[in-house]
Amino acid sequence: MFGKKRVAVVGAGLTLFRRYMKETGREMCYEAAKMALDSAGLRLKDIESVAYGSAPDAFDGIHMKGENMTDGSGAWRKPFSRVYVGGGTGVFTADAGWWHVASGLFDTCLVVAEEKMSPCQPHPAQAFTTIFDPIMDRPHGTTLIWIFSLEMHRYMHVHGIKKEQIALVSVKNKRNALDHPCAQLGAKITVEDVLNSEIMCWPVQRLDISPTSDGAAAIVLASEDVAKKITDNPVWIDGVGWCIDSTYWTNRDLYYPDYVECAARMAYKMAGIKNPPKEIDVAEPYDPFDYKELHHMEGLLLCKKGEAPKLTEEGVTQRDGDLPINPSGGLLGVGNPIAAAGLMKVCEIFWQLRGEAGKRQVPGDPRTGLAQAWGDLMQYGSVIVMRR
Amino acid sequence: MTEEVAIVGVGCTGFKPVTPDVSYKELMFEAATRAYQDAGNINPRKDVDAFVTCAEDYWEGHSIFDEFVPDQLGAALRHLFTVSSDGMIGLATAYMLIKTGEFNTVVVEAHSKLSDVITFTDIVNFALDPIFNRPLGGHPHYIAGLEMTRFLHETGNTREQCAQVVVKNRKNALGNPYAAHGTHITVEDVLRSEPYFHPLNRLDISPVADGGIVMVLASENAAQKLTDKPIWVRGIGWNSDTSWPESREWGRAVYAELAADMAYKTAGIRNPRKEVDFAEVDDSFSFKELQHLEALKLCGRGEAGKLTEQGETEIDGALPINASGGLLGIGYAIEASGLHRVLETVLQLRGEAGKHQICDAKTGVAQIWRGVPTATGAVAVLGTEVR
Amino acid sequence: MSKKKIEECKWAGEEVKSADIREGKVLTVGYRPKAKYVWSTGIAMSRFLKELKNGKIIASTCNKCGRIMVPPRMFCEQCFKPTDGWTYVKDTATINTYSVSFIGGDASRLKEPIIVVVVDLDGASPGMGILHTMREIDWKKVKFGMKVKAVWKPEKERTGAITDIKYFKPL
Repeated sequence: MFGKKRVAVVGAGLTLFRRYMKETGREMCYEAAKMALDSAGLRLKDIESVAYGSAPDAFDGIHMKGENMTDGSGAWRKPFSRVYVGGGTGVFTADAGWWHVASGLFDTCLVVAEEKMSPCQPHPAQAFTTIFDPIMDRPHGTTLIWIFSLEMHRYMHVHGIKKEQIALVSVKNKRNALDHPCAQLGAKITVEDVLNSEIMCWPVQRLDISPTSDGAAAIVLASEDVAKKITDNPVWIDGVGWCIDSTYWTNRDLYYPDYVECAARMAYKMAGIKNPPKEIDVAEPYDPFDYKELHHMEGLLLCKKGEAPKLTEEGVTQRDGDLPINPSGGLLGVGNPIAAAGLMKVCEIFWQLRGEAGKRQVPGDPRTGLAQAWGDLMQYGSVIVMRR
Repeated sequence: MTEEVAIVGVGCTGFKPVTPDVSYKELMFEAATRAYQDAGNINPRKDVDAFVTCAEDYWEGHSIFDEFVPDQLGAALRHLFTVSSDGMIGLATAYMLIKTGEFNTVVVEAHSKLSDVITFTDIVNFALDPIFNRPLGGHPHYIAGLEMTRFLHETGNTREQCAQVVVKNRKNALGNPYAAHGTHITVEDVLRSEPYFHPLNRLDISPVADGGIVMVLASENAAQKLTDKPIWVRGIGWNSDTSWPESREWGRAVYAELAADMAYKTAGIRNPRKEVDFAEVDDSFSFKELQHLEALKLCGRGEAGKLTEQGETEIDGALPINASGGLLGIGYAIEASGLHRVLETVLQLRGEAGKHQICDAKTGVAQIWRGVPTATGAVAVLGTEVR
Repeated sequence: MSKKKIEECKWAGEEVKSADIREGKVLTVGYRPKAKYVWSTGIAMSRFLKELKNGKIIASTCNKCGRIMVPPRMFCEQCFKPTDGWTYVKDTATINTYSVSFIGGDASRLKEPIIVVVVDLDGASPGMGILHTMREIDWKKVKFGMKVKAVWKPEKERTGAITDIKYFKPL
């Protein structure tokens, strides 16, 4: 056991993920939090602390947006804190919830991740210009897609990977998403569809990327004694990990995510995992672009460097394969309300390990799962390892 | 095994109204270098288990600000993250990490480079609810004015007593080498300064400052190897009252009351007035010091003003409050404000506060509020003894 | 305690379309923030920008790890110590990675694609790249490892910015 107290996930909730939602940010927080509490049979008074996560305030148009979301996240007159590590936030918020309970300070923690990107006009993608260094990067008119495509191209070049191989990920995840009730972009597409889609920034094409979305997710965490009273089927958080690399991303070789490996090792050490490909039954790595799923599989030590495309081609990462990857449909299929998308992956592992994933259920009685998110300027890795 | 948590190293660049010659990165590097040396010369590349930084995008002018912090703290390819909250809540986070038993040494950082912000008021306004509050227009600090009116009305504390807080704190700041805004002023000066948000005048409001602070926290075991003057975090609490200003109890700082309850409980403090030797509280607006004193139960409701009038809260008084100069004297430093309340508490307890040293300080309380329009705050109880 | 089965849950969230918003069928409140900043560039970057104005690229050096770093910095992030000195690097480089953008910053399609490059500067430590753009070449002919050279603005047009280098061209 690690941590002063063992921590379990006892409930989970999710809203729909859509391009434009009528609900305000705090209303979405409420919906996801309420669903999570209901699923655990708990009331708000049972919650002792709240850990909230959300990515750029620039989307909502509210400075210190965490403070605006306290009530919606169930934090009225409770200890509330917000963590924010770019795209890594969703999974990292679950890590934050872990230390609230594992420290022994609180018996329960409500973890809420929310993102409302649609308010940013004329398009949320433009808010991303402000994530770049104002001296070295912004003056070129740098966009988010530029840096992703630079990384994708480097990865393809170093390992000799072709676009056709990468497109398989988009095909798989969008198809998986057809079985997810909240999905924004579930679809049956082919590799040709991806290769024929509009070139955004070579080698990135339109069907290689996930959309902007509004949405929220929530989970309820409880210490061991309390968890056992709430449910017969707690899912234990056995490992947490996080790591950030240097800001100077142009000084790094982007073909491999060292920071994901560093975060994964931290989590695997805590969880006592020595052979990840054998011991992990199902994984939800972050897939805002299709190549990222492959990049992250390697960083998570689930396969050797450069080997991920082959595993995908061989069907190993399908739901009925030896190592199901993103059975939820991932960001590519379900949607990408940044922080909520990461926590959605944690919800998915929760449901998968309890056999509650319905049509998305991976067979074979999975016992150990992991979720991972990624963020910043190709810098951040956050990981969570869960076990039944 | 319940290990206690100690602050084993602190580093501060000092606070100044502007810092045009350095970037925020260079400011952070200086604070970090000082803190690591103070903590027994630790090497952040090897000896630190996690790093917690505290920042908000719109104060910095960069989205996803945590992208830009690791290098200057020695955290490149290490376990760092950002908490979007005050430095004291960052401290609470570091405390929780150590209490899990999985982390021995954790670093906390916060800074202010408000001199880089041209449209400060617009950004404060940007934090107001976009649907219900922002459309009303005006400078958002009217919210503090409303609160002050209600507070004085409910408690009977007076306008003049609030002005005395300003006089005391800005005078105290003269003895603090870290402070940006030390000066000698009188109650008349405060009452005659330009009316801003009635009943707040210009001098009732803390001016802003730039500066950076880094702290190193450690578990009991690790602390003993790093320093012979560990300052123990005996208790910590934080709380958020409703985000709707309309629904708040305007006369009370409920967030401070609840955060204090939580901190006192862990620290085993039953009678704060007797067991606390001094406090460093949030005085970002003059009346706030009085409101927070009462919320922290350091005096009864309605008594804080009298206590101030009688000189009890002076450095040589029975209950020194803001001997450092507080935010009014040091400068308002956004997320670093809470950390500098803690820093001053630590220096007092170590006997390193120089000209503004309080005698016989064994237990101190640090408290912070996140500012308009929030109702979020934190309280830390620090002591020279573990229990 | 009621515990609903996941399949039986009603998923919260009401979708609206952009047309609904445009046509006022959904109420919205608009706001344009005034967020203006002037960032102190600090010691390292001030020097870097001044040197760019002179048509030169300057790096900082660390005696412990021996790296020559661009962009320059006052602290070595690997060794965690102050950097020790300055040295000039060349304005020729090698392409580390590249991409080709057909979409502008406002999501419109570009007539002429922008070739975006990370170029490792000669004279700096291996892998010390900077982000820039490339011209005077057909985008289909760009290759990894290609040698390139900076094309500078004329001296009187330089202001002390990364754009004092207009672009990189094939060597």
